[in-house]
Amino acid sequence: MTDTAPNLTLVVVIAVLVAAGVYLLLERSLSRIVLGIVLLGNAVNLLLLVAGGAAGSAPIVGTSDQPMSDPLAQAMVLTAIVITLGLTAFVLALSYRSWQLHRHDEVQDDVEDRRIARLAARDAPSVAGSDVDSDDGVDLDDEARETHDETDEGRPAPVHGEGPR
Amino acid sequence: MLVLLTLHLVAALVAPGLIGRLGRRGFLVLAAVPASAAVWALTWTSRVQHGQTPVERVQWVPSLGLELTFRLDTLSWFMTLVVAGVGTLVLLYCAAYFSAGAAGLGRFGGVFVGFAGAMLGLVTADDLVLLFVFWELTTVTSYLLIGHYSERKSSRRAAMQAIVVTTAGGLAMLVGLLLLGHEAGTWRVSELIAHPPAAGPVVVTAVALVLLGALTKSAMIPFHFWLPAAMAAPTPVSAYLHAAAMVKAGVYLVARFAPAFSPLPVWQAMVLAAGGGTLLLGGYRALRQHDLKLVLAFGTVSQLGLIILLVGLGTRAAALAGLAMLGAHAMFKAALFLVVGVVDAATGTRDLRRLSGVGRELPVTAAVGALAVASMIGLPPFAGFVAKEAGLEALAHGGTLRDTALLVVVAVGSVLTVAYGARFWWGAFATKPAVLAPAETVHPDGAATSTPLADADPDERPAAITHPSLWLVAPAGVLALLGLGVALLPTLGEDLLGPYAQTYPTGALSHLVLLPGVTPTGLLTLVVLVCGFGLFAARATVERWQAAAPHPVSADHVYRRGMRRLDDLAADVTALVQRGSLPNYLAIILVTFVVAVGIPLLTSTSLPTRVRAFDEPGQVAFAVIVAASAVLVARARRRLKAAILLGVGGYAIAGLFLLGGAPDLALTQVLVETVTLVVFVLVMRRLPPYFSVRPLVASRWLRLALGVAAGLVVAGVALVAPAARVAVPIASGFAHEAVTWGGGTNVVNVTLVDIRAWDTVGEISVLLVAATGIASLVFVHRRTGAIFREREAPEGRAVWGGDDDPTASLRRPSDTTTAQVRATTARDRLWLRAGRTLAPYRRSVIFEVVVRLVFRTMIVYSVYLLFSGHNAPGGGFAAGLVTGIALTVRYLAGGRYELGEAAPVQPGALLGAGLFLAAGTGIAGMLAGRPVLTSWVLTWHAPVLGEVHLVTSLFFDVGVYLVVVGLVLDILRTLGAELDRRAEVGVDPPFEKVTSGRSDD
Repeated sequence: MTDTAPNLTLVVVIAVLVAAGVYLLLERSLSRIVLGIVLLGNAVNLLLLVAGGAAGSAPIVGTSDQPMSDPLAQAMVLTAIVITLGLTAFVLALSYRSWQLHRHDEVQDDVEDRRIARLAARDAPSVAGSDVDSDDGVDLDDEARETHDETDEGRPAPVHGEGPR
Repeated sequence: MLVLLTLHLVAALVAPGLIGRLGRRGFLVLAAVPASAAVWALTWTSRVQHGQTPVERVQWVPSLGLELTFRLDTLSWFMTLVVAGVGTLVLLYCAAYFSAGAAGLGRFGGVFVGFAGAMLGLVTADDLVLLFVFWELTTVTSYLLIGHYSERKSSRRAAMQAIVVTTAGGLAMLVGLLLLGHEAGTWRVSELIAHPPAAGPVVVTAVALVLLGALTKSAMIPFHFWLPAAMAAPTPVSAYLHAAAMVKAGVYLVARFAPAFSPLPVWQAMVLAAGGGTLLLGGYRALRQHDLKLVLAFGTVSQLGLIILLVGLGTRAAALAGLAMLGAHAMFKAALFLVVGVVDAATGTRDLRRLSGVGRELPVTAAVGALAVASMIGLPPFAGFVAKEAGLEALAHGGTLRDTALLVVVAVGSVLTVAYGARFWWGAFATKPAVLAPAETVHPDGAATSTPLADADPDERPAAITHPSLWLVAPAGVLALLGLGVALLPTLGEDLLGPYAQTYPTGALSHLVLLPGVTPTGLLTLVVLVCGFGLFAARATVERWQAAAPHPVSADHVYRRGMRRLDDLAADVTALVQRGSLPNYLAIILVTFVVAVGIPLLTSTSLPTRVRAFDEPGQVAFAVIVAASAVLVARARRRLKAAILLGVGGYAIAGLFLLGGAPDLALTQVLVETVTLVVFVLVMRRLPPYFSVRPLVASRWLRLALGVAAGLVVAGVALVAPAARVAVPIASGFAHEAVTWGGGTNVVNVTLVDIRAWDTVGEISVLLVAATGIASLVFVHRRTGAIFREREAPEGRAVWGGDDDPTASLRRPSDTTTAQVRATTARDRLWLRAGRTLAPYRRSVIFEVVVRLVFRTMIVYSVYLLFSGHNAPGGGFAAGLVTGIALTVRYLAGGRYELGEAAPVQPGALLGAGLFLAAGTGIAGMLAGRPVLTSWVLTWHAPVLGEVHLVTSLFFDVGVYLVVVGLVLDILRTLGAELDRRAEVGVDPPFEKVTSGRSDD
């Protein structure tokens, strides 16, 4: 069984990395957010390593007689490191694009959400032309009288447009 | 039954093509589909009558216990006949009714047949879930049919209203059905009815919910309003859906569940109140309609109330009467709608104020109408009379106060039926002198019923009449004559329907009789007829009185106001929870994390008994660097400083990995950190050097608090997690497996390319997506840009020039143009091929020489890492990163043209080839008959090298390598080369230089 005593040094490092990472993540500037993401990624990588148990020898068969470190945790961390690189580059590209369009790289509040909030504040319908927006006092069954099918006889123009003919 | 359902489905799918090819004659072909169902049901008649019930069962989702179970008992047989028979006739009618050039007929035909199939499935399904599926299918198809004229707003709204109301009921029903199935322990409808669960709160709730579904579908009050609005549908749809089929789905459900649940008080209360109320309200409203279809629509609402009342009452006599009424109603109401269609087609109007003399011109249609109306108002010897008589008889012999009250309600409802029935026939066919003088015809105070739309109608002239073909009248004629025919053989109906009525819990079975003789109910019928015709005779007075009577608030209006309130509520909730602020959302997620993980940590875990301060003393040193750099990154105000500090921390983490027994991680971390630093610098050179000042400094402390809390919780997890392992780690056998099966001693690498290779395939896919995303963010319109080749470099443009040349005074003037540089260096040693494309003052001979020397070495090293990774630290990821760094170095030394010379390929090609290779290796193993991504070892003796081992997973690793190189190349080509190009052509000027001296931190 692997030694399950946690490594205090790594635990402290993890705590500091997470705290700094979260602090940066809650910013609005994309470049600070990406810094936070990298710090958090490092913290989680270390967490995986700590959760894998005590450090042993390198997981290469035949190099040492000591017990081996958990190779699965390492494989997971290895992929995580490379993924973090992809993510970092992507968010940085986002931040470049944001700067290109708006001359800053800050994440603004969603315009559509704010529009809905404004509509909600004055109780206006959020979807124009919906079933509920016209309360003109005319019941639908009255309007059903205006429909006529396209038949051989009868009116040449069977489907009428809106409103009075 | 499955065959028939499949037939309907296929017919629905081919219908658009069929009608597109054959035109409206395609409806004749489609009619064969429901006809086959009707014929099939007829062949079962005698066997079903004698208690045989064919059952078909197909496993659907065995793990969930879902089956496709169909069963044909008496009720299902009867409903199949109604649904399929009327469906056939209406489709035949469609072939003559629509003009040849009518729009959207293909879609119409397909949806119509699809609806017929859904209805057939609904009435034969013997599984609760299946029943619900078909129930909802009828809702959806009817939505499409009501909204057939989708260019009309009112049609769309009517369709939307119908689907909202019936789906709401359907949802309630779903909950009810699930509760019932759970309580009964079976999903078979037949078993549920045979052995209903004992009445408890759950069952009562379930039954109420199921009834809610049935009542919305059958347009009972207070949900009746969708049915008249649905008259916006084409008339054949009204004839089928709103007379025979869909609205009968609710009736079917009530009839199906009544034998088991009708004694429940909640059932009685709901069914009787809704049925009785709807009967009266529908009849009352039908009296004052001017549109023939609306007269029938409100009449249908009224009749449905009566049928629900009878089949839901729970006595055998009433049930028999209800079933008879159901059949009679399907025949006469479908016939009447079809007749209205004929009148509409012949005259172009359905307004009874404008119709006069139609009966004289169209005697056959008028006769058919008369037969159907006679059945509707209950004149002997028609089916409607037989059924209503049986209903009155059943109620009259009940003897309780309730039955007497119901008798009165039904009698009053029948009076109204007679009145609006007579008014319908008079309105459609009679010769009305009043119509010839329009000024007198329109009731001056009829404003309440005539809407502004109708008032605005300018042509109040009597409508001209044309003569449609008799073929159009035939389907209605068949239905009307059937209504007469079955009534003449009342014992036949009794024999056929009696067995189902027998399953009801209480009462004696009555008889269906043609002529009752002088009995109290016979006399009551006479009174009803007299009163009804009296009401008809006084129709002008009645209309005036109705118009003057105070109008209760319209249900449609209430519905619309309710929907509006719902909309407002949804908007309020959205505005409350969806603030659109990223930090806000992240804070909510993080707080949830802190609380949800922190509380169990505090309450149900204990600190580990043993801890180690460190594995190796060196860890402490690295840890201090990591922690310090993290804090400094968080405090940094200058972008570049933050990026460099981040890199310092990252390299220190590599040290932690190395001391933690993870050399592969250390190697990868160092390489990734290098590339990351380059990416940061490439992007940040375009951004202002300082982070902008946040206006809300107050939130800083909140962020800090949340960060500390999250840090503490994660630290807690780190303390508890190692000891939380209770099983042997899955990785304990990896070492052995790696050597035996994977053919390698580096367990981490074998894990990546063999043991957990699927994970790696997923991961490199993510890299591919990220790389493509980066490229699209920069190029926007294209996947990628051109490859910059040195020979295409424009003359005289110096890459990375543009700034003032700080060393201009030291340079010979003649050196400043590229042409001269080329001329003078032509005989010199060329260290980098594209070096001369750089601005002279950007070049560094030492850098170029070093790059020239190390580039090939790095490439060779990366190949070494790739091939040795199976047995030593390295592998595809590390090798790819080393190659990427080598390319980065070339780019930094020689600019984008040098990058083009170093890697004259599109990164997309590398990414695609890599993923193809990695996934292809797995598939190759699969083709060889092994599990996917299995590797095997090839060994042979080469002449010089001796024994060579080749593990197939090496190809997988090469795929990984290519993807990583592609990612780095994409970064360099976009964030590097393309941004350079833009800066040089001036489309993308860099940030305005900050002039005010802002101090760092």
